[in-house]
Amino acid sequence: MTAILEIQDVDKHFDISGSFLDQIKFADGKIGLQKTVVKAVNNVTLDIQPGETLSIVGESGCGKSTLARTVMGLYRPNKGKIIYRGDRIDQLSSAKMRPYRTKMQMVFQDPYASLNPRMTVKQTLEEPVRFHNPDLSRLEVRDKVADVMLQVGVDPVWASNYPHEFSGGQRQRISIARALVVDPEFIAADEPIAALDVSIQAQILNLLMDAQDQRGLTYLFISHDLSVVEHISNRVAVMYLGCVCELATSKELFGNPRHPYTQALLSAIPTLGGKKGGHIKLSGDVPTPINLPTGCVFNGRCPHANERCRQERPAQITLESGSIVACHGVEEDRI
Amino acid sequence: MRTRWQRFKQSYMLYSFLRDPVALTSFIILAILVFSAFGAPIVAPHDPYDPTTIEIMDAQIAPAWSEGGSSKFLLGTDAQGRDMLSTMLYGMRVSLLIGVGAVCLQAFIGIIVGLLSGYVRRLDNILMRIADVQLSFSTYMIAIFIGAIVQTAFGVAGYDRVAVPLLIAIIGLAEWPQYARTVRASVLAERKKEYVEAARIIGLSRIRIMWRHILPNTLSPVLVISTVQVANAIMSEAALSFLGLGMPVTKPSLGSLITAGFEYIFSGSWWITIFPGILLVGLILVINLLGDWVRDFLNPKLYKG
Amino acid sequence: MEQLIEIKNLRVDFTLRSGTVRAVRDISLTINRGERLGIVGESGAGKSVLGFSIINLISKPGKITGGKIIFRGNDISKYSYEQMRKIRGNRIAMIFQDPMMTLNPVLTIGTQMKETILAHMKVSNKEAEKICLEKLRKVYIPSPEKRLSQYPHEFSGGMRQRIVIAISLLTNPNLIIADEPTTALDVTIQAEIMDLLLELCETENMGLILITHDLAVVSEVTQRIAVLYAGKVVELGSSKQIITNPQHPYTQGLIKALPQMAEGAKRLNQIPGMMPSLRDMPDGCPFAPRCAALLERCKHEIPTLKELESGTQVACFMREGVE
Repeated sequence: MTAILEIQDVDKHFDISGSFLDQIKFADGKIGLQKTVVKAVNNVTLDIQPGETLSIVGESGCGKSTLARTVMGLYRPNKGKIIYRGDRIDQLSSAKMRPYRTKMQMVFQDPYASLNPRMTVKQTLEEPVRFHNPDLSRLEVRDKVADVMLQVGVDPVWASNYPHEFSGGQRQRISIARALVVDPEFIAADEPIAALDVSIQAQILNLLMDAQDQRGLTYLFISHDLSVVEHISNRVAVMYLGCVCELATSKELFGNPRHPYTQALLSAIPTLGGKKGGHIKLSGDVPTPINLPTGCVFNGRCPHANERCRQERPAQITLESGSIVACHGVEEDRI
Repeated sequence: MRTRWQRFKQSYMLYSFLRDPVALTSFIILAILVFSAFGAPIVAPHDPYDPTTIEIMDAQIAPAWSEGGSSKFLLGTDAQGRDMLSTMLYGMRVSLLIGVGAVCLQAFIGIIVGLLSGYVRRLDNILMRIADVQLSFSTYMIAIFIGAIVQTAFGVAGYDRVAVPLLIAIIGLAEWPQYARTVRASVLAERKKEYVEAARIIGLSRIRIMWRHILPNTLSPVLVISTVQVANAIMSEAALSFLGLGMPVTKPSLGSLITAGFEYIFSGSWWITIFPGILLVGLILVINLLGDWVRDFLNPKLYKG
Repeated sequence: MEQLIEIKNLRVDFTLRSGTVRAVRDISLTINRGERLGIVGESGAGKSVLGFSIINLISKPGKITGGKIIFRGNDISKYSYEQMRKIRGNRIAMIFQDPMMTLNPVLTIGTQMKETILAHMKVSNKEAEKICLEKLRKVYIPSPEKRLSQYPHEFSGGMRQRIVIAISLLTNPNLIIADEPTTALDVTIQAEIMDLLLELCETENMGLILITHDLAVVSEVTQRIAVLYAGKVVELGSSKQIITNPQHPYTQGLIKALPQMAEGAKRLNQIPGMMPSLRDMPDGCPFAPRCAALLERCKHEIPTLKELESGTQVACFMREGVE
């Protein structure tokens, strides 16, 4: 099976040093220029198979949203390639990118910021259809939009209302409709349920899964909520400080986590009726992605870190189970 | 399904407006003033632009209720024998025309510059530095400079014809950076929002995203400063006219009326300068009060405080 | 067990132009000394308003319009601002979702902590500093001596929340009200903060009211849970009972909607619809429009809390029928 999307060795760094004057720094008795670079995504390699849901989990600031936006072409990677069905898409001009825009769509986190407050639902949904299919008649466009609205569970009667007249859950449905209306085959969903209430979360997750079944969609699902990820994904990638530490099938990752960070993350999930105290305690805070630690990015908080972890960056190794882990400890069979 | 009108009738805006006596009164007064200014040819008892109706014999007649007044001229006449009330209404029309015209020009330049510098980051530095340079010239300096050149070029008779567009251009060019800065600030806030990213993922062009998506969301602050700017533009015009750089006496604005009457204030003809003065103050006041309400309404942070 | 605080028929209304929003409708709760109570509900259920009203911090247009809050024998809902200030600092502490609501960004941690101590206790500057260090050690802040002279922005989100907890401990309160204290934090940090809160409550014999939307978090920390829906308590009972044997259809729906409860099935069990606006409530049971087990009387009558044999109290006509 060929992958629908391949991410190869992608780096995404942001230069936040500002203008020339802001870069002047005084250090060691010398005045010099200093660039401040946020290393949001480092050396990430992933592939996504058609029809699957690949989730990326990690804590805030681990680069998971940046990775999704880089895949979607909102950011250009500093290094590496993004390949969609065999074609490299990360360096295309916006005109050349256009055919891929109907294939790849995105759903965002904040249902309040992701819809233009000055456009009615109808305008929001008709714009992409008209833009990509200029020959469709007015009636065809309207039918198309009404179809998708019905599918996401928003009555087309409300088409002429503005976003602020809807609840958070309904807005997220409209946001999903905007992605579906151009008939994509791949959707990147960036924390699509994080801002919603528990009882609404289930509705939106069901909607996403139904859409996947009906349309054969492939999802790149970004989330920090591990129980949701366990439920909907085929494979899961765990990210920490811009690096992928573990990539495995959902069953394998939740049943037999190998990387110490994955283990800590899993033990931190609150469980219904669980007793407190069983958490793996991580020492210290997440370092900033501006000054990445040398060696393994997790070495400062890892209970198993040794001298090698502090010096050498671990390579990704494939285990017998098929899991991919980047950890010296696992490689040396210490963990 | 509701029409726009129904939406408006149920809106919070209308509700809060109707329950704010200051805003409501200001609006009514402003509406009357604007109506009588632009309807001056119908409303005004005399036509001050028509020399045949003006008698120099009628000059400096006091208001109707005071001694020496005539019922023909309610607020008296000026030094050339023009009816004060009519002249003031025509003058207010000129003032409003210049004020609104100048603000339209400011907004036009300012919005384009603000959008470009907010959304196209490469242009930001150069455009904003131009705006800073522009702001460091005072309006009056530009007006004196351009006004002097145009007066020499066209002569006094020609100047009368171009005075209104000239003043619009001067005040408009002098104050556009206000708009540019406001629009740029809100573009910078809006462009980070996810709906702009969504528009980019649809594949829309930059220009379309700027016009269709970002611009409509930056219009609230533009509306807020517009009211203040109209008041400011009318004041600038009045000040320029007072300095003799504005409207000529043959086509007076409120400002040039005040100047014209100033010479006679010590000879007892106070009404020539006082009445236009009161009208100017009243006009600016109601515009500013209305502007305050718009600002409070559109800025919920202030509103709650 | 000694009763610490008793809330009796509390009502809080917000008077707005579009009508009165009845955010808290007739809520009665008691908390014993050293007991941990969880208040669970979705956004708009009135859980934060309830937390604020206990310490009388409801700001206009909200107002306590009925009921009593009895704390150590006195009805504090009628207290003046000045009387309340003493109780807030000394006896009841509050922790918010955003630590920066408590911390002043322009003062060092040490200054802020000492200020609190000196306002409530007669101690010297030296002693105050000693208390600060002691409390910072309690919340596991490494090298507290150095940290005292730092500003809030020099701390990470989790550290800030620890400092807020340390500040709330300064005056040895009897009760801590924590309003979504970990919602803004990452899951590993959340686990640490919750462990800390639990440990402190046990060692200091403090009461805790934990307000959150996350049933799982609450079930790990608290002994009893009150489930709020549309400004009313719909179910109240021991955490174990509520998690393993929920009685109210809403609680059942909430638990079944969690992905870990799907048990192999791909689709999640969703509750249809959404919570009614607090502005226009349905006539009968507020949950009636979303309820799968609807009776005719649910549409007209509002059920009240009734205690079942298991000790759980539930406001649902279905359960009354069973009795």
